[in-house]
Amino acid sequence: MSLDLSLSRDMLTALLPELVLTGWALVLLCVVAWRHRTVADLRLAGWITLAGLASAGAAAWWLWWNAAHAEGLSPMIAADDFRYVTAGLFLGAAALTVLFSFDYLEREQLLAPEYFVLVVFATLGMMLMGGGEDLMVIFLGLELMSVSVYVLAGANRRSARSAEAALKYFLLGAFASAFLLYGIALIYGATGTTNLSLIGVQVSLDQSAHPTMLILGLGLLLVGFAFKVAAVPFHMWAPDVYDGAPTPVSGFMATGVKAAAFAALFRVLGEAFGASAPAHAVVVALAITTMIGGNLLALAQRSLKRMLAYSSVAHAGYLLVAVAAGSPQGRAAFVFYLVAYTLMTLGAFALLAAKGRNGEHDVQIDDFAGLATRRPWHAFALAVCMLSLLGFPGTAGFIGKWYILIAATASGQGALAALLVLTSVVSAGYYLPVIMAMYMKPEPSPDAHMGLRLGGLAGAALAASVAALLWFGVRPNRLLDLSASSGAAIHSAAPAAPGSHTPSQ
Amino acid sequence: MYQHWVLTALLVWPVVAAGVVLLAPEHWAKHLALVATVAEFALSVPLWWTFAPDGGFQFVQQTLWVPAWGISYAVGVDGISLFLVLLTTFLMPLSVLGSYNYITKKERGYYALLLTLTSGMIGVFVALDLFFFYVMWEVMLIPMYFIIGVWGGENRLYAAIKFFIYTMFGSLLMLVAILALYLTVGSRTGVYSFGYDHLLANIGTLGSVAWWYFAAFALAFAIKVPIFPFHTWLPDAHVEAPTAGSVILAGILLKMGTYGFLRFALPFFPGVALHPVVQTVMVTLALVGIIYGGLVAMVQPDFKKLIAYSSVAHLGFVMLGIWALTVQSVQGALLVMINHGLSTGALFFLVGMLYERRHSRLIDAYGGIARVVPLLAAVLTIVSLSSIGLPGTNGFVGEFLVLVGSFQTYPVATAIATTGVIIAAAYLLWALQRIIYNPLDKHENEKLRDLTPRELAVLIPLLAGILWIGVYPQPILRRMEPAARHFIELVKPGK
Repeated sequence: MSLDLSLSRDMLTALLPELVLTGWALVLLCVVAWRHRTVADLRLAGWITLAGLASAGAAAWWLWWNAAHAEGLSPMIAADDFRYVTAGLFLGAAALTVLFSFDYLEREQLLAPEYFVLVVFATLGMMLMGGGEDLMVIFLGLELMSVSVYVLAGANRRSARSAEAALKYFLLGAFASAFLLYGIALIYGATGTTNLSLIGVQVSLDQSAHPTMLILGLGLLLVGFAFKVAAVPFHMWAPDVYDGAPTPVSGFMATGVKAAAFAALFRVLGEAFGASAPAHAVVVALAITTMIGGNLLALAQRSLKRMLAYSSVAHAGYLLVAVAAGSPQGRAAFVFYLVAYTLMTLGAFALLAAKGRNGEHDVQIDDFAGLATRRPWHAFALAVCMLSLLGFPGTAGFIGKWYILIAATASGQGALAALLVLTSVVSAGYYLPVIMAMYMKPEPSPDAHMGLRLGGLAGAALAASVAALLWFGVRPNRLLDLSASSGAAIHSAAPAAPGSHTPSQ
Repeated sequence: MYQHWVLTALLVWPVVAAGVVLLAPEHWAKHLALVATVAEFALSVPLWWTFAPDGGFQFVQQTLWVPAWGISYAVGVDGISLFLVLLTTFLMPLSVLGSYNYITKKERGYYALLLTLTSGMIGVFVALDLFFFYVMWEVMLIPMYFIIGVWGGENRLYAAIKFFIYTMFGSLLMLVAILALYLTVGSRTGVYSFGYDHLLANIGTLGSVAWWYFAAFALAFAIKVPIFPFHTWLPDAHVEAPTAGSVILAGILLKMGTYGFLRFALPFFPGVALHPVVQTVMVTLALVGIIYGGLVAMVQPDFKKLIAYSSVAHLGFVMLGIWALTVQSVQGALLVMINHGLSTGALFFLVGMLYERRHSRLIDAYGGIARVVPLLAAVLTIVSLSSIGLPGTNGFVGEFLVLVGSFQTYPVATAIATTGVIIAAAYLLWALQRIIYNPLDKHENEKLRDLTPRELAVLIPLLAGILWIGVYPQPILRRMEPAARHFIELVKPGK
């Protein structure tokens, strides 16, 4: 299906998933305005959200199935596989978050169905970020997502920590947005356009009238993105915010929000700044600091939530290696890794949410001692998530890391690949203690794990995630094809870099 | 027909059995595991007869696994891996039987992990695709990690994580090297494949980068062997692991390191391996292992730790034999690998049996027990003598071949290595004297029970192996020889 995006009919078709989701969001808003007091209302809102996410997913699938693509230059929104696949991912992450939130919200008495509305709007923002073909669209998406998540982080109104997290996130996030916007302004000043492809043409031909301004703009843009993906040294907010926010929201931030920022970064660097050497150098430097910093800091954590927060910083470092590869393969690796990462991180956060007692003050890693005897299935699920995060063979996390390694080595980043595996060894030092606590330490008391409850729906979602992690670890073929096609969808205006002829193409 | 499915069956059967063990009632677990491992052994025995001694791979089976990356499931054995596979299937039923009384909690999990471990170990030895090899190499870590960490001794958590991280550290760098090799060969030939034969045939000259690749492979294998400075995980893991865990660690897991050198590190990078500096370093480290391992073993108060350090010394002989690159020395190295599996496996079983009786592994806790447990003392004596290398036992044949073969290449190093045999005699005979001879002065030792029929069932097959190889090693050597020649031909063509 070929779309001419200058016609409004085709433009609306291209925007179908976003439009569908917006429609459902408005319906949800109206429902929530009337029904927002009881647990039943909360459940209703949750189901409407799931329906909305599912139908938006169906719309994205329909576009993907028909291979909808834009003819000529895309003015505002891209119509390519990368957008459809990442949209599917964001919707999936949101759906899992919703499923894991039901029990949590009831137990914590957070009877505010607006929570689900915010999840939907944040997802909408993510989809715009993954598909934006214009810096302004990306910025709009980013703001829509960020503002929703600021509020979500403070969803627990009775908790001072939650409020602190929200405020911290808001202040630092606003700074990051300002950096990003200023960067966009400078880039516009230097090139006279905000369209990614047009910028890309100018960058590759090196014909900008103001090269210094362009570099400066690019630098600010990268700082903004580095904040959003929590790359070291712009990661300071992440542990505190993840720690204070309601646990399912932390999971959502660690997966969806981060993934969206990465998707936008891939598109911006792939289409506009693929030929820019400084951008590449900055990304390599960020990858190095983030992998080392994230892993070393995570090693020192005793609280599981903070450990997961730092581990998500470390994973941002691995993904930056995929960015640094700068090839279609790097983007494909990103897509694959993202699927694995979303499943394993959300799985871990779901179990953490289930474990947390009321008020959930700091679930320590040792609080899981002896879980395997009392709750063998939960322990098994968490162990698989941990091994997958560690990148152990047999899990999807391994194939994802392997894909990044292939992409990095094939594009001549052997040193980054070596650093990636070395820091992965470090990460064994904090993922294994979780397994060790569950399987090798005795239960502190017979009722230590009585509070751990995972509802039927959340349990089913978790089981499906774990099964998918194991399945993609052994049979990754279908997902690899999907990632390869979506990774190749982003066309750089620049001539292809040497070494991009790689086996999976 | 047997040729086409046997290796796959050997890989799949234990995993299936592990699933059955998990689902069955707790008190059936050990019996089911025993039946499964005996069946596995029975399945593998015809390999011995159907194997035709020549240099190439047999029983090969291959299917595409991840076509996008040229990864396939490819298995096969040659004269090097055949015996390691047989050793694995031989030791596993004994390990299960040896755990019958020792393991009393979470039996289902334990036996399921032992069975999974079997698959992983066989996978390492039969893999003919480097990606598959790597996956198996890592996958086998998890069961061992749990076996040490859940059923181990006092200090098990520390030992388990140390074992895991050491091994993972080495193997991940190997992963990058495998990947780089794959891309180099792929871009040169246009065929991207992890197949062993493909990579070996097209590796060509790599230039200076070969040094890095070799270093990454060698580090992974050196940690596993373990070669001298990387050996510190071994005493911890061996001592803390439950008896069967120690047997498998010493008997099979260590051989993965030397197997890696034989299969990958040397044939892939002969230019680096034959460089005088590398040769000197590796032979020196092998000697350090032999002497240092022996001397440290001598002063251990803990019998299990003594045996653990003696492994470092034995594996030093294997490394010397591999690096000497003569047919005899390589055959000797292969044979020492098997012998060490039998003798040290038996020693660990015996320590475990003593521990079950007396709940102490300290040599000082015993003394004069030959009078109380004559059978156990006799077996311990025979096994110790085989570990020392007394003529008539397997240990002699292997070490003698290594020394004779190596003398042609490294006369001085061989002379030094020979003292290792004397050191081995010193530490084992001294320990033997303090445990089973000397006066019976400890009151607790007067009531020890002698070997039970079950324990005899564990030990007799090992004793039979020890004596058989000691007296008539020819059938084994005959099957090894073409593989050893082929290996030397790969590393040093035209000699």
